[in-house]
Amino acid sequence: MKRVVITGAGTVNALAQDVAGTFAAFREGRSGIGELDIRDVERLSIRIGGQVKGWDPEAHFNRQQIVLFDRFTQFTLIAAKQAILQSGLNFDGHLGYEAGVVLGTAGGGVNTWDENYRAVYEEGKNRVHPFVVPKLMNNAAASHISMEFNLRGPSFTVATACASSNHAMGLAFQMIRGGSAKAIVTGGSESMLCFGGIKAWEGLRVMSKDACRPFSANRNGMVQGEGAAIFVFEDYEHAKARGADILAEVVGFAMTSDAADIVMPSKQGAARAIAGALKDAGLAGDQVGYINAHGTGTAANDKTECAAVADVFGHHADKLMISSTKSMHGHCIGGTGAVELLACILALREGVIAPTIGYEEPDPECALDVVPNVAREAKVDVVLSNAFAFGGLNAVLALRRI
Amino acid sequence: MPNEVRDRVIAIIAEQAVLDVADVKPEATLEDLGIDSLGLVESIFAIEEAFDISVPFNANEPEQNAAFDISTVGSIIAAVEQLVVEQKA
Repeated sequence: MKRVVITGAGTVNALAQDVAGTFAAFREGRSGIGELDIRDVERLSIRIGGQVKGWDPEAHFNRQQIVLFDRFTQFTLIAAKQAILQSGLNFDGHLGYEAGVVLGTAGGGVNTWDENYRAVYEEGKNRVHPFVVPKLMNNAAASHISMEFNLRGPSFTVATACASSNHAMGLAFQMIRGGSAKAIVTGGSESMLCFGGIKAWEGLRVMSKDACRPFSANRNGMVQGEGAAIFVFEDYEHAKARGADILAEVVGFAMTSDAADIVMPSKQGAARAIAGALKDAGLAGDQVGYINAHGTGTAANDKTECAAVADVFGHHADKLMISSTKSMHGHCIGGTGAVELLACILALREGVIAPTIGYEEPDPECALDVVPNVAREAKVDVVLSNAFAFGGLNAVLALRRI
Repeated sequence: MPNEVRDRVIAIIAEQAVLDVADVKPEATLEDLGIDSLGLVESIFAIEEAFDISVPFNANEPEQNAAFDISTVGSIIAAVEQLVVEQKA
């Protein structure tokens, strides 16, 4: 089996429109969550989010591209450009046939759906732009990356709600490990901070009106974010042979299904995914120094996740660090695992553990070291990244310092 | 008017619990009736639609929600009556 490494990273999220800026925000424990600036916000009861501010499509794309690129595709393409540039790979030759794109998104072009439903239902128009379908489809971002960078191998998009990115990156890892690709551009993207997108979430009554405070006893729900993070996963021998700068090694992945409830999480399902990732990586639990939590800030997730971690790690659960960066960038839904993988790379590469900000009151049901409010310097060799989706679909990645 | 509120709330809860309205007593808790968190959120939506009111309820803090006490069917009826008075005034 091949070893798999990460040789490039890029991102657009509420904290910054690149990796360096996102790392700086993680170090500072800075929040990117604020008042939403969207049409009809006054008709929403939830008015905060981790919105990408100052986004100017025209600075990046021409008119012909903008009519085809939903906001989630725009974020993806800019993040992919950064990642591929950093990797130093060029897919124009033979490598293009051995490289693909595997992305996660829950909703795809939600803004495009929203705008065009508005046009036909609210404004009574009987005609929509001819590119509505290719703009909103979930695989649009993956396809545009493949076209932009000449990636001609296995390419597709997976949708598993809040675990989409982790499932995508896990599959990319497995494909390179198994030898079916030399490199995969992978990660995820989401942009559903529009009237219809938020209104749908309001209905579940799990959203906070003021802040995302994971693991804090006074947490009162999740806050939505938006953005993308894209990585270049590459065969280790291939990366080494060309002298690439390796950001981290991907060493394990596991996915499980709760087969239980469409919204409530399960401790057993989460624990099986965490333990499965360790087993896949051939790691012992006490080698793990940091876990980037799913940590949504809901009552149900955070206590269930902490219980699952305690079950898997036993006494070591009290020694490892676990933080939720959703407190800073919000819950980027199908893109969230990818944005959160950046915190894992920061921990492995620079020895900085991103904090859980907004933490105010200890919760006995979340009695782990959640790295409250302030980033911490710590040398860690192995990290995990958790994602537990609605529908009971869990996906956990294991990474190692290299 | 209060009786009308009571009857409509009970009808909504009975439908959610798949019970006869006669079997939904004011002292019953939602747990007694077999209504889970998703059923609760759906019932609140039905109440909002039926009375054209907005119910201040966050599923993350049901116990702390003084504005909308969900401890029993009776407390829900009382809370809805209060909201109807406040929001229809």
